[in-house]
Amino acid sequence: MILGVASGKGGTGKTTVSLNLARVLGSDVRLLDCDVEEPNCHLFLKGVARENETVAIPVPQVDESLCDGCGECGRFCEYHAIVSFGTKTLVFPEMCHGCGGCAKGCPRKAIHEVNKRIGVVETVQAGNITLIQGRMDVGVAMAPPLIRAVKARLQNGLPAILDAPPGTSCPVIATLRGTDFVLLVTEPTPFGLHDLKLAVDMVRELGMPFGVVVNRVGIGDDRVHVFCKQEGIPILLEIPEDRRIAEVYSKGGLIVEALPEYRGLFRSLIEKTMNLKSAEGF
Amino acid sequence: MKSFASKERSSQVKVAFTTSGNDLNAPLDSRFGRAAKFLVYNLDTNAFMVIDNRQNLNAAQGAGIQSAETVARSGAKVLVTGHCGPKAFRVLSAARIKVYTTDAATVEEALERFRTGKLAMAPSGDVEAHWA
Repeated sequence: MILGVASGKGGTGKTTVSLNLARVLGSDVRLLDCDVEEPNCHLFLKGVARENETVAIPVPQVDESLCDGCGECGRFCEYHAIVSFGTKTLVFPEMCHGCGGCAKGCPRKAIHEVNKRIGVVETVQAGNITLIQGRMDVGVAMAPPLIRAVKARLQNGLPAILDAPPGTSCPVIATLRGTDFVLLVTEPTPFGLHDLKLAVDMVRELGMPFGVVVNRVGIGDDRVHVFCKQEGIPILLEIPEDRRIAEVYSKGGLIVEALPEYRGLFRSLIEKTMNLKSAEGF
Repeated sequence: MKSFASKERSSQVKVAFTTSGNDLNAPLDSRFGRAAKFLVYNLDTNAFMVIDNRQNLNAAQGAGIQSAETVARSGAKVLVTGHCGPKAFRVLSAARIKVYTTDAATVEEALERFRTGKLAMAPSGDVEAHWA
């Protein structure tokens, strides 16, 4: 089973949930840190670095001696990464998604592709967890190609937990596509509810089965719970507001290791998720 | 000879203004890439046309590049706007379009400032890119 952990709002506890779930699972699991702009799972895992691979995307390069400025490349490119109108063809590599359409569509074969480095994928072994994380280079603006490179390291049949970036935009979609079930982590505050609604709209649009994790239960109000009840969304885990959890987190520890009484809570999340998943007919 | 040259140049000059409206009294849009419209004014005939640019208002990225392409295709050789980003400026430069920036409130005011030589040509994009 491939589990996506997402949220509308940042800082709700996606990484906390992902890490503790992975550890409490006990058996071999892949943990993919898809928040490639600021990966942080490694801060909580003491492990051995296994691999470090460079990731590049193909970007167009124009042979001006062949180009007649017909502009076909620019008309094809949805992202305006290449533009040509009879004078000179301009390429904006930082906006290119690397699809290769401009090169394929060029009637004069004036475009070939060159690799542009966008970041690295690091693999760390920490006990039962194989952490695979993307790290985008400074100055690179587009996360999805690197997220796809991270996900390319998924192995058939092996369970995996995907820690998504916050929000509801392309990097999150790139992370969640192909996962079997999505956990939306939120906090019981007006901000948490506002962004949870956005995230719910997103996963419904994607047609994916999902449930909610409420973190820091005890702060804020009950509107997240009311919303979930009204919408028929299962709340699969409630993590109480507990100062000791914050202390463990601040020292880079895992809740299920430092506070064993929470192991059962995270185990129950796995069970509930598996049950829901089988109920969905997967 | 000199006056002939300048006259000939002016007869070819179309000036594009960024605007939210449809005529000379309309406000000058300070944004280039996401301007709602371009008013393209022919200095020779004093006629103008308006090009809709609203497709770019919600573009995820590359609005400046697309807008620069639109202005280039309009035949304008001069652009008067509020601000212009670096990528749009690169495209405009490639199309040999001169860029002037101004804080004029209306298209008419910007046109008047341009005609009387009160505007300075922008040497490069004057605002940061929104994307990368």
